[in-house]
Parts: sequence; C-alpha cells; structure tokens
Amino acid sequence: MAEKLIGQDIAPPDLETKVTGRARFAEDFRAEGMVFAKLLLSPMPHARVRRIDASRALRMPGVLGILTADDLPDPEPPSERPLTNEPLYVGEPILALAAVDETTAADAIEQIEVDLETLPFVLDPLESLRPSGPNARLEGNTFVDGEVTTVKWTEADYAAAGEDELPMGEYTSDWSIGDLDAGFAEADLVLEETVVHQSLTHHPLEPRSCMAYWQNGKLHLFGSTQSTARTHSALADMLDLELDDVVFVGQYCGGGFGSKIAGSPIMAVPALLSRTLGRPVMLRITRYEENYIGRARPAQQARIRMGWRKDGKVTAIDLYMVQDHGPYGSSGDHQAASAIASLMYQPHAMRFRGVSIYTNTPPRSAQRQPGGGQIAPMLEPLMDKAARELGIDRVEMRRVNAPDHDSTFGPGESKLTTAYVREAIDIGAERFGWSEKTRLSGRRDGTKLTGIGVGLSAFVGGSFGYDGLVVIRPDGDLYIHQGTGNLGTHSFADTARAAADVLGMPWDRCHVIWGDTAEHLPWSSYQAGSQTAHAHSRANHAAGNDAKRKLQEIAARDLGGSPEAYETGDGRVFRRSNPTQGMSFAQAARRAIELGGAYSGQELPDDIHEMTVASAQGLAGRGLIGVAKDNYTRENGPWSFMMGFALVEVDAETGEVEIKEYTGVADCGTVLHPRGVAAQIHGGAVQGFGMARSQKWVFDPKWGVPFAYRLYTARPPGILDGPLTMDWAAVSEPDPQNPVGAKGIGEPPLGAGAAAITSAIADALGGTCLCRTPLTTDVILAELEGREQPYAKLDTHV
Amino acid sequence: MAVIRDMIPAFELFQPASIGDTLALLDRYGDRSWVLAGGLDSFDWLKDRIKRPEAVVELGQVAELRGVREIDGGLEIGALTTLTEVASHPAIRERFGVLATAAGHVATPQIRNQGTLGGNVAQDTRCWYYRSGWPCYRAEGNTCYASTRQSMNREHCVMGGNRCVAVNASDTAPALIALDAQMVIRSPGGERVVDAEDFFIGPAIDITRMTVLEPSHLLTTIRIPSTWAGARFYFEKVRDRQAWDFALVNVASAIRASGGRIQDARVVVNGVAPYPVRLHAVEDVVRGRPVSEETATAGGEAALEGTRPLRHNDFKLPLMRNLVRRSLRGTQA
Repeated sequence: MAEKLIGQDIAPPDLETKVTGRARFAEDFRAEGMVFAKLLLSPMPHARVRRIDASRALRMPGVLGILTADDLPDPEPPSERPLTNEPLYVGEPILALAAVDETTAADAIEQIEVDLETLPFVLDPLESLRPSGPNARLEGNTFVDGEVTTVKWTEADYAAAGEDELPMGEYTSDWSIGDLDAGFAEADLVLEETVVHQSLTHHPLEPRSCMAYWQNGKLHLFGSTQSTARTHSALADMLDLELDDVVFVGQYCGGGFGSKIAGSPIMAVPALLSRTLGRPVMLRITRYEENYIGRARPAQQARIRMGWRKDGKVTAIDLYMVQDHGPYGSSGDHQAASAIASLMYQPHAMRFRGVSIYTNTPPRSAQRQPGGGQIAPMLEPLMDKAARELGIDRVEMRRVNAPDHDSTFGPGESKLTTAYVREAIDIGAERFGWSEKTRLSGRRDGTKLTGIGVGLSAFVGGSFGYDGLVVIRPDGDLYIHQGTGNLGTHSFADTARAAADVLGMPWDRCHVIWGDTAEHLPWSSYQAGSQTAHAHSRANHAAGNDAKRKLQEIAARDLGGSPEAYETGDGRVFRRSNPTQGMSFAQAARRAIELGGAYSGQELPDDIHEMTVASAQGLAGRGLIGVAKDNYTRENGPWSFMMGFALVEVDAETGEVEIKEYTGVADCGTVLHPRGVAAQIHGGAVQGFGMARSQKWVFDPKWGVPFAYRLYTARPPGILDGPLTMDWAAVSEPDPQNPVGAKGIGEPPLGAGAAAITSAIADALGGTCLCRTPLTTDVILAELEGREQPYAKLDTHV
Repeated sequence: MAVIRDMIPAFELFQPASIGDTLALLDRYGDRSWVLAGGLDSFDWLKDRIKRPEAVVELGQVAELRGVREIDGGLEIGALTTLTEVASHPAIRERFGVLATAAGHVATPQIRNQGTLGGNVAQDTRCWYYRSGWPCYRAEGNTCYASTRQSMNREHCVMGGNRCVAVNASDTAPALIALDAQMVIRSPGGERVVDAEDFFIGPAIDITRMTVLEPSHLLTTIRIPSTWAGARFYFEKVRDRQAWDFALVNVASAIRASGGRIQDARVVVNGVAPYPVRLHAVEDVVRGRPVSEETATAGGEAALEGTRPLRHNDFKLPLMRNLVRRSLRGTQA
C-alpha cells in the first residue's frame, strides 16, 4: 500500500511551469488575428453620459470599433454592468475600443469625446446619512430587502454622538441573542469605543486581463479566475449562452483574494467585442485600471460596547456598524463581522445593528476573510484593554472566552463541527514563549518600545455537496478532474489526494486536470471562503470511493468472490486474502470500457450537477469513471480558527513599527499539505500586517478622486515588512464531518496577523488603542508626541 | 479629449553613444526632448501620457557617464552610475558612507539596480495631485490643489512652499549636500559646476523644475570633494513600508568632532520642502558644542525654525526634529 498522501509535502503539479516562467497566464494567450481593446474610464465620481462622440477615433487607421453600455444587457439596480452610462466612481469603464494594437487603441481613446453631466457624489457613509447628504446612486443610498432605498439620520442623531463618537441613527439590519441589559448588568467592566477600519483594494499581482474569440458558435475565453467551474457558468449567465457554448480557460491565477471568485464582469467586454468584430480580442488590464475595477474590502465605522466579568468572561457585546460598500450590489461584511465577534468571544448576550451605505468609490467584494478580517483587528485591542484593567493575562482572557465544539454563535445560533481554539492558544503560547515575552510589554530600550500582541481570528472553513470526477484510463493512471480553479493555494492539487488515498494510488501516477472546461471538469464550489479544502476533499473522496467500488466489482466479476473481498493499492485491485490475485488498474480500465454502463460513464448518478453530467459524458468510454456527489454528513458548520502572536518594536521617536516575531497556530482540521498551510498562515499574516500598518485608500474629498491608485501609493506590504522567518503550527485534530478531516485555512490567518499587530502596537503604547487602521507612522507618532491626530476620529479614505 | 493612462505614447528614440552627441540632440529638440536614464521616474510620466516628449534621448550607451573615479582625495561619480553601485562601491562606503547608505535606502533592490544616481537627484516630485495630471501651478496651471483645508497633504511640505507644497523625494540628495558635492552640468554652451546645495531649487525660483537643469542640460558627473571624507555620518529614512517607498522625512549629516566637541557639521533633511533643506540654523547651534544629548536636543529644536504644517502633516515636525536629534547624537542607528 502506498503511504497516505494527505499530510505530506508534495510540490503541486504547476510549480515547475510557474517558476520557469512557462505557465501561461491570461495575458500570455495569443490567437490568430488577435486585436487589442482599451477602456475609457470615468474621470468623475458620479455622472451621466449625455453623448459619446467617437467619430474621430473610428476614422483612425487601425481602429476597429467600440463597445458601450448600450451594447450590453441593462441589469436591475444595484447590479453592475462592465460598461456604464452612469459612472458611479472615478475609474468606472464607460466604453471599450478595439484596434490592431494597444498603442493605436490608446491614441484613439484620447480622440473620443464623452459629454458628462455631473451628479452629486459622496465618499463617506456618514455624509450620505446626514439629513440632506448626497446619495451615491440616483435610486438611494442603501439596499434593503432586495431594493435600493434611502436611509437618513437626524441632526439629533449626529448631535447626540458628538465629534469623536459614531452616531447611531436608523439601522437596516440587526440581530440579537440573549438579554443585553442582563449581560451588561453582569459585567464588572464596560468599555465603549468608536473604531474605524479602512477600505482597501485587493491588488492581486495579476490584473484581470482576458482574451476571447468565437469559433463555430462557441465562446472561448481565457481569463484569470479563482474558480473555474463557477466562472464557466457565470460567463454563460452573463452573456446569455448555453453552458455548452462556452469554453473557459484559466489554469493559472496570479492571486484573487476574493476579487476573482467567479471571474470578473469585465470578461464580457472582449467576449462581446470579439463577437462583433469577428476577431480574437485581448483586453490587458493595467495596474491603474485594476485599482478601479479590481474590487476592494468594505470600510467599517463602528461603535463597540463590551462588558466583562472580573474573570475576563465577555458578558455582552453591543455592536453598531456603518459600512461603506461602494456603489454596487450588496455586502454582508458587517453582518459576518458581527457573527464572528459572537463566535470568537461567546458573549452571554449580543446585539448587532448596522447600515451598509453606497458611496462613489470602487466596487466592493469579498476580500480574504470578509468581515472577520475587519472585526479581529478592531476588537482584539479592546480585549487587551479590558485585560489590562481587570489585571488578567491576555492569553488567559482568550482562553476564558474561547469557543469549543459545543459553542453556538451568531443570529441563528449556528453550530460548529469542531473548535480547537484553546488548543491553538496553548500551542501558540508555548511556541511563542508567551509567559516570558509578555514581561517585555511596553519595555523601553533606547528609543524602542516593545509591544506584545495576540490576535484570534475565525472564518468558515468549508462547504458541501459538490461533485468529484476521476478516470482510471487504460494506461492504469488516475486522472482527477478538478473544477475548483487554481488561485494559487495548491488546493486544486491537495484535495485531489483524497481520491488517490482512497485508491492507494502513488502520486506519480496521479494526474490533476484543471483550469480548462474543454477538459471535462466537474461542478465545484467557489474557490473562495476557504471552501475548497473541505468541499473538494469530500467530493474527491466520494469520486475515489465510487471508482474503488467499481474496481472491486470488476475484480469480483472476473476473478470470483465478493467485491468486498478486494482491496486497491499501488495501481492494482487485488484479493485481500491473497494479494497476488488481482488485476492492474490498466486491465480494470479496459474491462470497464468493455462493460460500459456506469463503469465507463455511460450511466451516471442522478444527483450530480448538469455540468458534471456533461463532463462525465465527455469522458464516457475512456476508462473507468468514478463520479459522485458529496453526500457525506453535513450537520454543522466547519469553522477554522487562527491564533497569532506578535512581538513588535515601536520607535518612540519616529513612530515606525518593526514586526520582529510572529507565530501563528491554526485549527484547520487535518493538515492536508504542511507547506501549503504554512504558506497560508504566513501569507495571510503578511497581508494582515499590511492592513494593520500601511495599506489604504486616499481620496480627495472635494473632487472625489483617489490617489492611492499605484502600488507604491496604495502600499500593500512587502517582504521586508514582516519578520524574515515566521513560526507556525497546527492543532491537527481532524474535522469529523470531512472524510480526511480537513477544514479550509485560507482566510483566518489574515485577521490573526492584523489583530496581533493592532494588539501589539496598543501594548507598546502602554495600552492605548488608537482604534483605527492602518496604524501608519504619522498616527503613531502623533500619539507618542501628544500632538493632534492627523485625521478626525471617524475619517475614512485618508 | 478623454484621458487614458498606463500606455506609453509613441516618441522618437535616440540612443547616443557620447556626451557630445547627447548634447547635440538635446540642443536640437530643446523642451521637446526627454532625457532617459534608469527610467523609474520617466516611465511613470510617459505611461501616464502626461509628459509627452517628441524625442527621448536614452543615455544607456554613453559609457563616459558611468563609473567612479578618484580625484584629489575625493571621488567623481558618473551620473549614470547605478544606485546599487553607489551603495556598494568600496571607496564610497569607506570615505563617504552617508552616500552609500542613502543610496541603499532607495526603493527596492531591483529599482536600485536600474536607477541611477543622476536620476535620483534629478527626479520630479511625487505630489499626487501633480503626478495625476491636475493642472496645478507646477503644471503651469493656476492653483495648488494640495494646500487647501480639504486637501490630502500628509506627504507634502512643512516649509519652503511657494504656490506649491510638493516635496523633493530624493534619498541621495541630502547626502550629497551633506558631503558638499558639486554637480557638473554640460550644455551646448559648455560646462557649469554647481554646488549640490544650489542644484535643487524651490518653486520661488522656478515652479516647473526641481533642479537648475534646463531642457538642453545634462547632469554628467557628481564630484565629492575630500572635505568630509571619513567624517562621522548619519543617514536615516522614515517611510510607511520598508521597501518601495519614498521618505516621509529623511536626514543626512556629516560631523567633524574633536575632543568630544563638534567642530563642524552639515545637516540636511528631505521630504519636508520642495527641495532638500540644509539646516544652517542647526549647524550654527551645534558647532563648538560637546557631542551630547543636550546638543542633539538643541539641534533638533533648531530644525523646526520656519516650519508650518499643512492640514495632515503636522507629524513631520516632530519627525524632522527627532531625526535631526538622532543624527547629532553620535551613534549611527
């Protein structure tokens, strides 16, 4: 029997092509006769297109045509079109132009005159909520119960709050559990703070470039995505095509962080231009454009009231949140943030109230740990403050409040599969050396102030019910078809090992097929929300089991005995009692083809998705087909947890922060791939460091125009902004609802990293919570020097 | 006319192989020409289609603009010498360490491999209103967008503003002024040598330029005299990220001390004015005083003379004061 593959370090199959530069990303594709498109972006934060005069551009040699919003279906507000006649943010694409090359296309864009009527705009939700404040959309400023509507607060609401507290007027969503008054009555300490978390652009390294052509009535689209199967279906929906008439190719993705979950709306542009022109069209998105159309995390302005018992137990949380969610759609980050707060600290009572307001800033979407990524760095310094006032060790405070397997949380009192939070805290405290390091809190050595921080973080770690599809071909090898996508986490390969382990197949005889829907891929989860590791280890396990059952049946049929008498391993199916008696997978695959029916995919289960049906039909007759829907247990929610520990030094004379040490410990079930988990823990932490320290938006409030649109002004973290080496570990207790024990771990590392830093900085400052992110040098230095803060308490986009 | 960014428009490219040929081209095209060295500043302008030269004169073939040579106990550094070479050159490190340290703090290793010393001192400001193509005074318009009550001016100046509140972003400029370097400028009219301190100009002198260089001028060489060789140097740069970031404030100093007393000092800061600022007031305060915390504190306070912060950059005052103080303490951080 081959050694189990789950839990081993195995380089993913795309590694070599990536490091040698042979991997083809979206903009590397070429097709005969390919032309290029460029976009014309809105210079105004809110305007109406009165007239477009492209006549001069269209007369230029090499210019082939334009595409405007009029050429696209008009969705119901607040949905977004990839081109618009009513731009709702600076940088929103108004039209696309195609030409024989990009230089010509850019020159031609400059020859287009767009007559824009300016409309009122707003950048800050708190301005839109004022009684006579502007609305970001003509239809209103919020989205409630499926409709765009308007919510305004009263002057009295603002007056009641004063300048430095968040006003709390009418809210549009709320929930509560327990008796809030009783919760606060039980408290020995109550703290109240106004906290601001900024918006930030995803900025994956690869912008969302895409190329499209049409061949024999089918759209072939090459793009950058997190989720292959889901982009395939999204494209069909967006362009009103049959699934069969779309071929989507996206094998490599230079990062998405939630901004490319099902591809991007902009993919429609080359698709439609190509259809009109009859030529392949490449749209290369530049960094400047990516800044605008590349999605962003919603900002939140919150008022938090929390109560603690003497022993550190959180008795009550009262959370009021105003969310800035850009101009389109709806966002549930604030609701997720509230549910995660209730999960992390298990208050006896909690109330959440919130509004999510449209602004004329770039569109939002999920960004790695949506909601959880914001709430952890907002709340953890408050936990510290309470611990300090109550004289309790901060790690002990987290242990006292940590959820366990029986905990419930959120408005629906949701249940968990497992929660090994105390274990993660203990392992982390031991590895980090908490009891010794915590004595360094606030120590001054020369100009350096030491801060020790902790950050607890949680996020959903899986989903259910998707399909697995594997083929044992007559060459005797196992082909695992993956519809999940390859956003860079290796999970497309790691989850394939669940099928291989069921069959006892060595990895060098396994082939992962991914990233091209012409290659017959099964229906899959979104590669988002840390779903893949859990969802697709389940689905591949199910498909592996289906293949194994078929191998056992074929062996029993040909060699006698019952199917259960047979086992599989090392590419053979053999009799348990006499392993020399059996047949190779190659022989079994040929027999499956001869036998037909379910063995070779001619007959399929009735519960699999139509996409899987089509793919299995495409593979029928090519070997022994294992295909199944994941019907494993699905009672409770698989949630993953992360505990981060950081040691920082704050320079008392400059406000600079150096992150000297970081330890992250995950509760992510069974570790599928140690190196992969390490990459998630470290990568997520570094992204969190950037969120806590440097990355932000800056808008001119008078003109509604952003400035942090280059990487050097947006300031995502670099490799020098964290420690050279970082420590990690995992509790590695299996999740009972997953056949291989896995839970996803893509998201919680971000919030843990960010929170450990906001906590550590507050610690270095003697327990002062500056209650905003990012904690840039200017903000910290103003505090250290006792000067006025550079921004007002509630300012965003500064 | 619609605006599009991130796509370099067509221009005529020249790659001369000598200073003479370069000057001839600059003379022919005048203000329609653009001198291209490492390209880190230039390509941003060109990609954004805001600066649209007719002719780009690329200096990569001009070998005589490269390298470090000994002169009279000092050094002569070709303007095209990369920042990596400056940061790692043994003679610069040994005698004029403040310049090597400053060059090593620019941007990223990749940018330092590509970027040149001449380009680093001649770079344009990074005021984001100006770099975004807004028609401000510096862009020959008639307002400054960065200095109103609502403006986003965290990274702008606290002194020396004059219709423009942008800052000089160079890390090597203050080091060169601290070393009393001279800039050798060639033009069709001949050669001119300018003190580094006078090379950088503020908006009061010419609001459209950061240095004395005119369109047909070429910075060929930077001379470091022996004067400050082996002095006690200090350089520090404070920024939001540890790589690929301009200074919020930086400081470079050169100090001669003897018997525990400061004989002479040159202290220069950047990121606080439209030009690197030599702090004569600080130098006057510390000259002749003992190397001590008291002297450092007095020098730091003197640095604030004449400063006036904008809405969002008050932090630059304590930052500049503290950096100057550190630079006078007597230990390199």
